[in-house]
Amino acid sequence: MSAADFILAAVAIGCIPAASALAAASWPRRSPVAAILLWQALGLSWGLAAVGALIGFAVTSNGAAVGTGTLERLTSLVTANHQVAAIGLTRLVCLAAGILLLAVLCWILVAATASVLRARQRQRELLSLLAHDDPKVPGALVVDHPAAAAYCLPGLRPEIVISAGVLDLLDADELAAVLAHERAHLRERHDLVLLPFLALLRAFSWAAITTQAYRAVGLLLEMHADDRVLRQLPARELATALLRVGAAGGGGVPAGALAVAGAPTECEVAARVIRLLRPPPGLNGVATILVLAVSATLVVLPAALLVLPLH
Amino acid sequence: MDVLWEAPDPLSVREVSSQLTDRDLAHTTVMTVLDRLAKKGFARRERNGRAWHYRAAESREAYVTELMLSALDQTGDRQAALAKFARSVSGTEAQALLRALGTLGEAHRG
Repeated sequence: MSAADFILAAVAIGCIPAASALAAASWPRRSPVAAILLWQALGLSWGLAAVGALIGFAVTSNGAAVGTGTLERLTSLVTANHQVAAIGLTRLVCLAAGILLLAVLCWILVAATASVLRARQRQRELLSLLAHDDPKVPGALVVDHPAAAAYCLPGLRPEIVISAGVLDLLDADELAAVLAHERAHLRERHDLVLLPFLALLRAFSWAAITTQAYRAVGLLLEMHADDRVLRQLPARELATALLRVGAAGGGGVPAGALAVAGAPTECEVAARVIRLLRPPPGLNGVATILVLAVSATLVVLPAALLVLPLH
Repeated sequence: MDVLWEAPDPLSVREVSSQLTDRDLAHTTVMTVLDRLAKKGFARRERNGRAWHYRAAESREAYVTELMLSALDQTGDRQAALAKFARSVSGTEAQALLRALGTLGEAHRG
């Protein structure tokens, strides 16, 4: 096992407790953007390091970098069958596992994207038949249903959807806050940030950390969109809108659908409201630079080990 | 689609056209729209003599319910497909926070 392999394996294993610690930390809500970057770096770093460590263990004995070494080894495996014996069973299993993991990671991203696009397409079709405009919420589609729902459909033709229940529930200022929040999601394509974490959650739902990561990133994106609203509108309307919609959100939904995401999500709306009313101080410059530096290192280190030869 | 939802029986293209009096639509336009609705599964069509007759596959309420269920569903894919404004919060918790907001607002004004 080379030094590069050892570092890659350590990074891949270390990413998991680091993600748990990040999910439990309280500083992210002081600076959602920096924290989201760190989450992305952790995810990417884990993927690179895990694939790199497995493949690297199988091939780096010849002193080449993991990336080029794999190519050489694979070529020799294909061109000369007797090389299989030379590589050894353990290394062969690691090589296979590494390639499999890489394929799985790529596949789950494609599958999650496809499933999300399908769900959105169905929504668009239904909305084109059912929804109508309303002067109370310019630019949004209204669906006549008493339950409270406000959401957006990201994509090339983004839509904001508001149920009649929400129109009855909120006053004009609160509706403006809801629209501003959803527009922030759409403008900054928060759905694309969440997509890789959804892919991990779908593929590795048995691992609690994938749920924690998905929830944490989702909440940070909400908080970031809340921050965007505060640039234009007062916090109070957004807070009351959140509480009214949140409290009414259960109307008309079978108990089973809500039970899945019971207690933890209750805290999420409360956490956002408390954050709006008593905004925590943002991270100072040094702390922000530290977070950015850690994020950059997390990605660059495994990437560099894959490309550069290390003896 | 509204015409189909309101009709008790399957309608021919001509019958749909005649009910869309407020809009001056060509017969072929209506036919194309109905054909597309049928392809997407929103309308069922059956042959009645020489003409196709169309009816809504599901009631309007059924589609609204589907739309809202997927919007309110808090699990996995759907939640990621649609970014929701607020996930549910328990009634008592929301009431408590709203009360706190109320007193906070009064304190600001006072």
